[in-house]
Amino acid sequence: MSRIFVAGLGAVSPAGWNVAALRAALDRGEPLPVQPLERPGGDKSLRARLVPAPATRPGFLAHPRLRRTSPITHYTAAAALDAVAGLRALRAEKIRLGLVVCQQAGCVHYSCRFFDEVLKDPATASPLLFPETVYAAPASHVAALLENVTLANTLVGDPASFLQGAALGIQWLEENTVDACLIIGAEETNWILADALWHLDRPAVITGGAGAICLSPDPALSIGVALETITDVHSYRASTSRTQAAQAMRKQLPASSTVELLCDGLSDSPRTDAAERAAWCDWTGPRLSPKRVLGEGLMAAAAWQCVAACDLVSAERFPAANISLVGSNQQAIGARFRWSRPGISDLSPVTRAGNITP
Amino acid sequence: MLFPFPPTSAAPPRVVITGAGIVTALGLGWKPNAEGFRLGRPAFRPVSLFDVSRQRVKTAAEVDLPDALPPTGLSRRQLARLDRAGKMLLLAANEAWQQAGWKPVNDVPLVLGTTAGGMSLGEDYFRQAVQSPGRHRRQPTRAIHYQPQVQARMVLDALGFNGPITIISNACASGSNAIGHAWNLVRCGQAERALAGGYDALSLLVFAGFDALQALSPTVCRPFDARRDGLTLGEGAALVALETLEHAQRRNAPILGELIGYGTTIDRHHLTQPQPEGNAALTAMNLACDAARLGPKDVDYINAHGTGTVLNDSSEASAISRWAGPRAATLPVSSTKASIGHLLGAAGAVEAVICLMALREQWLPAQAAFETPDPACNFPIVRQPRDAQVKVALSNSFGFGGVNATLILRRWA
Repeated sequence: MSRIFVAGLGAVSPAGWNVAALRAALDRGEPLPVQPLERPGGDKSLRARLVPAPATRPGFLAHPRLRRTSPITHYTAAAALDAVAGLRALRAEKIRLGLVVCQQAGCVHYSCRFFDEVLKDPATASPLLFPETVYAAPASHVAALLENVTLANTLVGDPASFLQGAALGIQWLEENTVDACLIIGAEETNWILADALWHLDRPAVITGGAGAICLSPDPALSIGVALETITDVHSYRASTSRTQAAQAMRKQLPASSTVELLCDGLSDSPRTDAAERAAWCDWTGPRLSPKRVLGEGLMAAAAWQCVAACDLVSAERFPAANISLVGSNQQAIGARFRWSRPGISDLSPVTRAGNITP
Repeated sequence: MLFPFPPTSAAPPRVVITGAGIVTALGLGWKPNAEGFRLGRPAFRPVSLFDVSRQRVKTAAEVDLPDALPPTGLSRRQLARLDRAGKMLLLAANEAWQQAGWKPVNDVPLVLGTTAGGMSLGEDYFRQAVQSPGRHRRQPTRAIHYQPQVQARMVLDALGFNGPITIISNACASGSNAIGHAWNLVRCGQAERALAGGYDALSLLVFAGFDALQALSPTVCRPFDARRDGLTLGEGAALVALETLEHAQRRNAPILGELIGYGTTIDRHHLTQPQPEGNAALTAMNLACDAARLGPKDVDYINAHGTGTVLNDSSEASAISRWAGPRAATLPVSSTKASIGHLLGAAGAVEAVICLMALREQWLPAQAAFETPDPACNFPIVRQPRDAQVKVALSNSFGFGGVNATLILRRWA
């Protein structure tokens, strides 16, 4: 299978509950406001960029499976529905849908609540909370919500795993076990994550949400974007540093271009950014760094990079976009999406987004 | 490149297993486990790893870890950072790697299933963060090494190879899904070999969770017994070394067995309860059989998911009965969870290795804890140790959240 198209995008972020809100925030380019985060014991102040409450209660929350679910499931569901909206309008339930949900921290909200109850008295710990602590819970709920999901997997890893999720979905498409595949990166915000990030990357601001891309081999379903390449996985080891892995990934993507977009994971955190910054030091073209606006969303942030890049390519603001995912502790993987409409060979001229450098 | 995929030949290659590593409460490595599973020896005891005095149930199948790990490429500092789950993972990976006789190379995918990763480190982090918020000692290390991909990286460093790491967390089907995914990677030409399996260690959060759900047996884990009253938790790890038949033969590697089928589906019925008739489980078994190009008459043994809970076993019994048809009456089935408990993310991988043992050594894994047959089970449960001709074995794994997976293995002779 040589051609894979993007059939839909979805996003929930601190900017709001859809791709339009994500696009508007990235276009403005101003870091979103930071909120204080309450912490048990509270010896140090924690901060986060929280996902705002939706303007109206999402209809999907009325689904019996989603009533007691945690924020990560809400974000995953909203992004999923956003991304398959086009498919559902076209073919509804006839499409066999694959679902890959990628997480790094996963269901920390209920995990913390449940473990807190266990430490206080395991005899009274709530049986309702425990199932929602499982990594696989969001995928299970979203599969029930969408109804036409025939295959689902949950991948755990550092944020570069989002592109491994995409590769897994494409493998299912290749095997013809599904007609389209939804790849979702999701996280939820919790004091314990903010606390851990304070230890590991002090300037970073934790955030949560989800990003979703729907992939299909059918050009008729395309939003005008094709996935051209996912690089090899460049794993970190004792003998292969993060910097070396990032550089190996960089070499598998095209040379610097003045018209193509680089959507990277830089976050104004000098230590964390160093490897990725060094790998892309040759890039002189336009560059978008969503984390600078949104915060450290872990797997959700990786998904937002892909969603934002595809959105800009779909809107014909760039002919192609390169994605750089230099994960925190596992691997570096890159990808390239390009503009693609049936019967039209190339895109020109290019209109740039307001906030994109240089 | 992960995409586009490399061009593939018309027919996918056969995939064989040349190494297997296993750690359970029955022991470390193939031999003690084969002896234990053959006899159906139970390995349960009072939980000593954490306080269960306020829990409803107080037993589990704990692994006795060795005082020292085998020599590998890990530094003393790295070894000191391994938690219980990481140690079990390393032991199983090392056994599989040594048995396969693989040398350090690049491009060997490592595919692992787990539900909890380094949960005990996460628990320690939480405790310290809540009880001593001003104390930061060891917290950064816990925050990093709690993550399963970091534990997986330790395997790469220990054994000296490189390759992509994939962590699948489909609850109790994770280990089977990991092996199935690795099988697909080899079959579709993305790798010539892969190391795959699952691991999970006992932890307070998970134990308390199953106890809160009243899913743990207050008596004895008795899968498919009419009086079954729940599961018992265990811990462990198992990994297999997969490679194309051509690759194995090229290097004259001893072959332990062949992985010939994999099927996976999602049961959307409920987060924690299977669909009562086992429809998705049935589909997983059928998909695996389609891949293996065989049917129920060709299968000599089923290692059931068989947790011992009322709902799982009745659903699985329905699925097996419908899948097997008339063959069910003579098809030997057992659940080895009656010996070592439910290993969650490791379960499917451990049970695949148990099938491999049965195929290699020609016996059926006995399930000693079985007294009163459930009328819903129209297949014979293997109650006594016995030798048997086993050419094809099927292993089922069903997870919280609804992912079901079936693996089919064939004897190599």
